[in-house]
Amino acid sequence: MSGFVFRALEGRIVIALAIILGVAAVVPALNLLTPPDSTFHIPTYAMSLMGKYLCYALLALALDLVWGYCGILSLGHGAFFALGGYAMGMYLMRQIGPRGVYGNPVLPDFMVFLNYKELPWFWHGFDWFAFAMLMVLVVPGLLAFIFGWFAFRSRVNGVYLSIITQAMTYALLLAFFRNDMGFGGNNGLTDFKDILGFSVQADGTRAVLFAVSAIMLALCLLLASAIVRSKFGKVLVGVRDAESRVRFLGFRVENIKLFTFVVSAMMAGIAGALFVPQVGIINPGEFAPANSIEVVVWTAVGGRGTLIGPIIGALLVNAGKSFFTGAFPEIWLFALGGLFIAVTLFLPRGIVGAIQHGYKARQALKAAAEAEKGRGSAETVAQAAQAAE
Amino acid sequence: MTRKIAFRLLQSLCILLCLTCSFSAPSLAQSGSDPKPLIDALAKADFSETEVLLGKLAATGDTRLVPALEAFNAGDLYFRKADSLVFIGEAAGSSYELIDPLTGASAGQAPKNAVTKIKINNTLRRAIRSALGGLTLLSPDRSVRLQAADALLRSPSPENLDLVETALAKESDAEVKARMEEARAVSLLPSDRSLDEKRAAIQTIKSLGGRNALGILNTVAGTIDPSLKPDLDAAVSAIQSEQQLWDMAQNVWYGLSLGSVLLLAGIGLAITFGVMGIINMAHGEMVMLGAYSTFVVQDVIRDHMPSLFNWSLAIALPVAFLVTGAVGFVIERGIIRFLYGRPLETLLATWGVSLILQQTIRSIFGPTNQEVGNPSWMSGSFPVGGMTITWNRMWIIVFSLTIFFALLALMKKSSYGLSMRAVTQNRRMASSMGIKTPWVDALTFALGSGIAGIAGVALSQIDNVSPNLGQSYIIDSFMVVVFGGVGNLWGTLVGALSLGVLNKFLEPSVGAVLGKILVLVLIILFIQKRPRGLFALKGRAVEA
Repeated sequence: MSGFVFRALEGRIVIALAIILGVAAVVPALNLLTPPDSTFHIPTYAMSLMGKYLCYALLALALDLVWGYCGILSLGHGAFFALGGYAMGMYLMRQIGPRGVYGNPVLPDFMVFLNYKELPWFWHGFDWFAFAMLMVLVVPGLLAFIFGWFAFRSRVNGVYLSIITQAMTYALLLAFFRNDMGFGGNNGLTDFKDILGFSVQADGTRAVLFAVSAIMLALCLLLASAIVRSKFGKVLVGVRDAESRVRFLGFRVENIKLFTFVVSAMMAGIAGALFVPQVGIINPGEFAPANSIEVVVWTAVGGRGTLIGPIIGALLVNAGKSFFTGAFPEIWLFALGGLFIAVTLFLPRGIVGAIQHGYKARQALKAAAEAEKGRGSAETVAQAAQAAE
Repeated sequence: MTRKIAFRLLQSLCILLCLTCSFSAPSLAQSGSDPKPLIDALAKADFSETEVLLGKLAATGDTRLVPALEAFNAGDLYFRKADSLVFIGEAAGSSYELIDPLTGASAGQAPKNAVTKIKINNTLRRAIRSALGGLTLLSPDRSVRLQAADALLRSPSPENLDLVETALAKESDAEVKARMEEARAVSLLPSDRSLDEKRAAIQTIKSLGGRNALGILNTVAGTIDPSLKPDLDAAVSAIQSEQQLWDMAQNVWYGLSLGSVLLLAGIGLAITFGVMGIINMAHGEMVMLGAYSTFVVQDVIRDHMPSLFNWSLAIALPVAFLVTGAVGFVIERGIIRFLYGRPLETLLATWGVSLILQQTIRSIFGPTNQEVGNPSWMSGSFPVGGMTITWNRMWIIVFSLTIFFALLALMKKSSYGLSMRAVTQNRRMASSMGIKTPWVDALTFALGSGIAGIAGVALSQIDNVSPNLGQSYIIDSFMVVVFGGVGNLWGTLVGALSLGVLNKFLEPSVGAVLGKILVLVLIILFIQKRPRGLFALKGRAVEA
């Protein structure tokens, strides 16, 4: 029975990977290879929009790893996302070079505007792509490490942890709004020109960015799946469901949590880094606590603890958001609010979780019926029914 | 010379400003003769006669003369050629608007060539100056004298010295006398009086204190006799240290004021989150609903019974409590009761509720800020020693503490409070003791929401009333409750006030935003040290 479920899940991941990679190939192809008047043509803006959704899906996946499997409800995952985005944004700013409005070869426009005399020390190295990409991983990872090191060691749990993660992203929001932080203040970083020598506006670059987003999503899904299917993953679920017991069994719960939290933060950083060139701007608004809560909602809608669910949730909610805000801007918040309430009340396991649960229950009942036919033992039926619960 | 004149003009303006309020109720107490003939005599007088007349005018002690003298000083006093009557003239196109010098009533217009300006020179200006000072310092009205002394205090000049001393000799009221004594001291320092007198004056100024006194001492420091230098320095440092103390007190006050706002915002949450364990993200929206209730109440009052406007907040309080309490009741019965024991999911559901409430308000009232008026007793300020206290902050502190203690009494002393605490501590046991737990849950959530609504009434006085009002308080509220210790009302009080004071003490050195960031970081670190907050509930409850 458990073997069957196990295999089914494995199969599901494979199917998801195949779909994501298929999308990574087909969408850019339809954008680049079909003529604009063809029915199959995907316009660039739509592709960038979908690319944005894929980044959100990756962010939701990252959150699912800590929330769904480790029981850490982070209300500050938007911060890791935004930090990754800022690292990428800084690289893109440096690529503008002397083409800014003020034509300064070293300083980005906003620094000239704010009377900076020289480049702040933390901007050095960001003209080098590899360094910037390293920072996309290191900065969110380091923040998660420091934060988690303190929080998990002193056993800050549940609601308290959620609230201090929210305080963390709120503090960063306030900090990045400050002009003298050297990150462009209110306006953030924008007006990007090139990435690796290719124009960020060009269709080709957009197509590649889309494909990279999809591939990164697939890779991270694979990684997350490998983590949760491993022995470590079993312990992880143990931490989620009965932390004290796992601790009493001799596991170092804080290290397990810390590792997962850091991996998740890095994934969020990657998502942010891919998000920025496709959207064309990163500003402190990304740190807003409301954004992080929205990520939690995507995850909950899709089904936490399922890996696939959050991806589906992020895509569905965001597609819905784009549709509603365009068609009926007035009722979007009603719809979103209603969705949160409906999901928590009626679909506590989320879409994928509910399907999975229903499927398992049916399998169990079927098995029970088989058993009854074979041996007629009421005890087996009761056991099967219990398993179905 | 011109600078001196400008300075004196400024002085007179000061006094005039101080006096405007006393004009609204014309001082009836006048001594002796009607000053009207004296004024009209100005029309034909030469400079020396005018000086005599000014002396006589001053002797009347009639404060109604002040505008006329001010106008004379500014060169706006005219006489009509036809009948030699004197008026204050205001240029209005090619003619003058004539104003009666005593009553301030309009006396029609006159073409420019029908009136003549009454000439003035610097000697006269000095005479006017002292006449004005005399009029006000010698005024029979106590408050006018007080204000005149205050005005002199603020702009000391040796030329007023004689005047002040004359007034001082006649003064009988202790408070006014003390003020005049101070005014005399500040005017004496730059004058050419004896050293002993000056030394005494320094002592008087020292006891006066404040930035103003410091300013006076610093301006005379350069010119003063060297033998007075030690006295002066001692006085300056004494005032400075006192000033620092007051600055500190002012900071504490600002901190308490911010703390009381945090307390107001957090206190409802201390019930819904602290006591019931619901991560109530819709808490901010309850505050917002309370603020909008105030707006609606004020709107109705403005339209139907404007006389009640000063009572609008008192009326809004129960309205806001009932409205938000009812909304809270519905939310609890409709949504939250299905989610007990799953705190993280209450977060999602209540977040959804908050979005819906925000959008509802936005659809009804629009996204812009709504104008909520301050009743008269909420506006203005009063000084306490070296600091200024605004009434609205003062009332908000009083109000938040009142609510806090009322709530505390309800929780600790009433039978409802007892069953509420019983239900939150052990739901099943409470239920088996005959407490209707669902009913208690619903009422408790309604109570928490209602208190948030009341907080909204108060916050509408100091913040913009917009659909986003709640969003700006939600994080602070959670910080306060978590910092203070979940489930402990005292913790919320101490947490709110200490966070407020801490914030205001950090602000001057690092700036408002950085101060707030530091406070957030400190809270995060503090939670590491005490994961259950400042005042953790003691017990054997172990986390899962």
